[in-house]
Amino acid sequence: MKRYIVYRLLQGVVLLCLVATIVFFLGRLTGNPVDLMLPEDATPADRMAMIKALGLDGSLFQQFTIFVGNASHGDLGNSIRMRQPAVEAFFSRLPNTLAIIPWALLLAMCAGIPLGVIAALNRGNMIDRAAGTVAVLGIAMPSFWLGILLIYVFSVELGWLPSGRMGGPEHYVLPVITLGAFLVAGFMRLVRSSMLEVMESEFVKLARIKGLSESVVIWKHCLRNALIPVLTLWGVFVGNLITGAIVTETVFAWPGVGRLTYEAVIFRDFPLLQAVIILKAILILGINLFVDILYAYVDPRIRLA
Amino acid sequence: MSIPASASPKPASETLRPAIPALAWIARLPGRSRRRRVPWIPICIIAIMVSMALFAPFLAPYSPIDQTLRDKLIPPFWVDGGSVSYILGTDAFGRDMLSRLIYGARVSLIVAALALTAGGGIGLLIGIVAGYFGGAVDNVLMRLVDAAFTFPAILFALLLAVTMGQGLGTLVLAISLLLWASFARVIRGEVLSLKQRDFVALAKVRGCSSARIMLTHILPNVLNTFMVLVTLNIGVVIIAEASLSFLGAGIPPPTPTWGLMVSDGRGRIAEAWWVSLIPGIAITLLVLSVNVFGDWLRDRLDPRLRQL
Repeated sequence: MKRYIVYRLLQGVVLLCLVATIVFFLGRLTGNPVDLMLPEDATPADRMAMIKALGLDGSLFQQFTIFVGNASHGDLGNSIRMRQPAVEAFFSRLPNTLAIIPWALLLAMCAGIPLGVIAALNRGNMIDRAAGTVAVLGIAMPSFWLGILLIYVFSVELGWLPSGRMGGPEHYVLPVITLGAFLVAGFMRLVRSSMLEVMESEFVKLARIKGLSESVVIWKHCLRNALIPVLTLWGVFVGNLITGAIVTETVFAWPGVGRLTYEAVIFRDFPLLQAVIILKAILILGINLFVDILYAYVDPRIRLA
Repeated sequence: MSIPASASPKPASETLRPAIPALAWIARLPGRSRRRRVPWIPICIIAIMVSMALFAPFLAPYSPIDQTLRDKLIPPFWVDGGSVSYILGTDAFGRDMLSRLIYGARVSLIVAALALTAGGGIGLLIGIVAGYFGGAVDNVLMRLVDAAFTFPAILFALLLAVTMGQGLGTLVLAISLLLWASFARVIRGEVLSLKQRDFVALAKVRGCSSARIMLTHILPNVLNTFMVLVTLNIGVVIIAEASLSFLGAGIPPPTPTWGLMVSDGRGRIAEAWWVSLIPGIAITLLVLSVNVFGDWLRDRLDPRLRQL
């Protein structure tokens, strides 16, 4: 177990270094990153000062050591537009994103898991096909468009829900649906196929032979085992939600890290984007690591494989 | 099919049966017959979109870029205040929606073609090399694939747009990054089993070089799988392109792209819903069609891929 944790931890660190290195070299790919980091109205004196401050007059290797040194102290540069440390900007927005992600995940599970079970139980008939159609449609609809469609129907036409910004519980409904929707289809397909697989297995036959009621067989014996592949992919889903939040938060003017990413792109705020990407990488890798270790602890088959 | 007979490990009658019975439902989505019907409606939609892209200058009634401010925000013809001269209405700059939609198909399909060639090609190459050589080469390449799966490529795509500037090249590179890993993983799996077959051993005995074996013996046998992967990923690419355009990291304006059109109409959803909603319908329809078509093609060419 200890070996597994150390191995996964090392893997995460290597991956993080890879991400940081790529970000560093991409910034230097198109000439002097100072041009990416300074506002357009900067004077030549500003430019020189920044080159000195960042050590950009040194060799690429020296620059890289300075970058790594600063990064290890939690300094990833200052946002051009917001005139504050990029790391600070990220952490001040992070709680707003974390406020919708669990709900979106919950929604995807509450909709996707029962749909998958129902589809599996009705394999091949109308209900199964209807559920399949929902899944196919869910994958084909771009989530930014779904968000706008929801705003049009529920805010503009019906006037039931606010169209954006943070606020009371009613502000959460549309962003959570938009963010959760693209996972529903994935959950459904996964649960359906693993349900069908489990339903054929020996222990389910045994449960039936024992004379257990059908609902106990389905919901206790089948579903519990069918959920294992869903839960092992939990880390990947959270990663998807963190990137999915970029589009959702943009559509709903939600002040989280997704919207911050979008702002960094449209205002060409390179230091901010660089910091956001590295911090998101840490977040995603951390969650994946945590989930994997948790599962290795719960299910010995994973750590022995 | 021009694939050598050795490509099909099972007799033809058996390949029609789903390899994994539990997943057979995907195959049965539109109908219940074991042999799926040819999906004519999706094929027609794809054909219409492709001809829109190919013959845009002949089909579009107006220029997609020229602004006629006098005619701004005219609704589609079936809505009150709409006119037949602008069938799908106009946007905030008085540009004809239909013309922009027709030209927008061009961007989506060109990006899809280029990104699938580049990203799919790299994935194919890596998959074959990793699968054929195995050992340390395989180990390193597959760790790279794992890394690509963990870390969302969309973030790199945004970074590329900011550092390299927006444009077709950046966009294709960014989307290729999104694709290669899944191609590499599936192709590698195929190659691992192909490598065990007699014709590869025979080629080795005959003294063929590794490069020659990969090129003339392995490659033709994974082409079916490759084609299926390409079709199944068209939808992924179209959505990625539209999302990046929507986020301001795609092809820069004034070139009409569907993602940008949705984004343009976002602020005016209350007064002019058609500017945002119509391009979104086009995206959904095209992605839906290529996905249904891809599922069908997979069942015809390579049913073992059904777990994808």
